[in-house]
Amino acid sequence: MSAGLFGIHGRALEIRSQRIGVLTSNIANAATPGYKARDIDFAAALSARLSGQDSDAAMNGATRFRVPIMASLDGNTVDMATEQGAFAENAVAYSATLGFVASRVESLTRALRGE
Amino acid sequence: MAAPLNLFTVGQRAMSAQLVRMNAAASNLANAGSVAASEAEAYRPIRAVFATEFDRASGLGTVRVGGIQRSEEAAVKRHEPGHPLADENGDVWEAPVDENAEMVEMLDASRQYRNMVEALSTAKQLMLETMRMK
Repeated sequence: MSAGLFGIHGRALEIRSQRIGVLTSNIANAATPGYKARDIDFAAALSARLSGQDSDAAMNGATRFRVPIMASLDGNTVDMATEQGAFAENAVAYSATLGFVASRVESLTRALRGE
Repeated sequence: MAAPLNLFTVGQRAMSAQLVRMNAAASNLANAGSVAASEAEAYRPIRAVFATEFDRASGLGTVRVGGIQRSEEAAVKRHEPGHPLADENGDVWEAPVDENAEMVEMLDASRQYRNMVEALSTAKQLMLETMRMK
């Protein structure tokens, strides 16, 4: 996504999208013995991305293992409530970011049409 | 090499894995109380064991059924001389199925299945919104 066109929002949308995937992986592995839940630290990923790192490096650098609220016997650290909360929060933030990108596109098209 | 994972394959595989788990619990429940003529022949509960499949390219992890494990639990001996399957001592061997545990297993599997469906439908909606953006 062009950084010049969408500014911070394009990068934010990339990270939000990747975070959906990471959280979905956690939900998918809720019953896998020994699975360690991961999450992307959004603020860290965004600031790494804005400081010029490419998107893979920024997101890998900001991916953290989740600290479980309570350890389970089979070594799985997925806490369903936490994951669902994070997923919902991320979905809302994705929508908001998408709104910013859309309005940017809209104002650009308006400028192009000369209205 | 396998194709890189996307959100939908992650969801699909997770849902099939939960389905296998639910089927295992259903088989156990169906065989609860079934008897056999010897300890070796008695039904033993099965359990699906999940394993993670991590895809480095996309950073996603999905789940697969790593194997079906048969419980080592000993069959329950019951003295019932009138039973047609009874051995020379008048004993039959009953499947060691814990119905409560199986019900909990099924409940957990269906809850996690539902969670996955919900996560997938939210993700799908966001993707569609992104695509429809003009």
